[in-house]
Amino acid sequence: MNDQTLFSIFFSALVVNNFTLALFLGLCPFMGVSARVETALRMGFANIFVLVLTSLAAWFLNTYILETAPYLRIISFIIVIASLVQIVEMAIKKLSPALFRQLGIFLPLITTNCAILGLAIFQTNRGYGFLQGLTFAIGAGLGLTLALVLMASIRESVEFSDVPGIAKGTGLVLIIAGTLSMAFMGFAGLL
Amino acid sequence: MRTTTASQDFIRGIWKENPVLIQMLGLCPALAVTNSVANALAMSAATFFVICCSSILISTCKRFIPHEVRISAYILVIATFVTLADMLLQAYAPAQHKELGAFIALIVVNCMILGRQEAFSSKNTVLRSLLDAVGTGIGFTIALVMMGGFRELLGTGSFLGYSMFGPNFEPWVIMVLPAGGFLTLGFILLAMGYIEQRKKTKQSEEPVAEVSS
Repeated sequence: MNDQTLFSIFFSALVVNNFTLALFLGLCPFMGVSARVETALRMGFANIFVLVLTSLAAWFLNTYILETAPYLRIISFIIVIASLVQIVEMAIKKLSPALFRQLGIFLPLITTNCAILGLAIFQTNRGYGFLQGLTFAIGAGLGLTLALVLMASIRESVEFSDVPGIAKGTGLVLIIAGTLSMAFMGFAGLL
Repeated sequence: MRTTTASQDFIRGIWKENPVLIQMLGLCPALAVTNSVANALAMSAATFFVICCSSILISTCKRFIPHEVRISAYILVIATFVTLADMLLQAYAPAQHKELGAFIALIVVNCMILGRQEAFSSKNTVLRSLLDAVGTGIGFTIALVMMGGFRELLGTGSFLGYSMFGPNFEPWVIMVLPAGGFLTLGFILLAMGYIEQRKKTKQSEEPVAEVSS
């Protein structure tokens, strides 16, 4: 059992060890859907939702099922995440077609987002309890959203500036990400 | 049917369709574990093992996998081999296993591996799939070792732990920190874009090269 306070877990996941900018998790959506602030925000919320569910599922698996068979951890986590995303997708489609249309392709893509599996594994390795895991998931999800929205707003303004031809595309995005990551290093003294 | 030869299948993944530098797949491990060459090598070895084994197994069993559940089946196969790689690394290279930590388990969600299964192994013979997997694995290794080399050389002034610049070198600490990963890959991509652009202008200016220069 880990005895970190909820507050420090939350802030560590939110800014100091930001999933995207410090741990490099969830880079695919970070590069792929960060062109517009609105889509970035929506992607962020979908991520928070799935992260929280995953954290609950991982805690349940760890406490009740995997104790006798730790070598099945990776396999069972990935299966649970894949089916969880599928169920969430079906539920949203049935309950709120409008939201489903808004999220579109982003929902199924969350399965292969390494932030989700990463969260489950970090939570296990650090031995978080139920509430700690939940706090960790919410902090990490908000951190992902923060990084996505920051990136998207920078990219929206960069779009109208005159960058050299070779820098157009991923190269420029990576350098902006590097600068953002440097800025986030300033939070390191916070905890 | 396919028109590529066996050697093309092999070569393609190494440079022309390099998974990291051209297709931008598997970025998470490429950025996260390349703060030293040794870590980059351990990660590449684990990924290489997983992609080769799953390519062989999936191309062998492709007839028995129903089309509707193929993605889940691929992920299951990959997860099995990742578990194996995790245990092997823990047994034979415990120091590296500790350094890489959760990122070994995260090989499961490396889109490069799933991408090769879906795009190639599920449609081709065992031998071709193995060649394709080996080529892609080598391409991944090249990209990771290149990034690890740059970052370790500039960030600590050493290569594989051996000091390169002598005691007077002031290390660029930023390069081994997370920000350095983004910057290194960004600059590699810029350099590749520059080379590509030069090649294009050279080709189009070939007939009047003397006048323009």
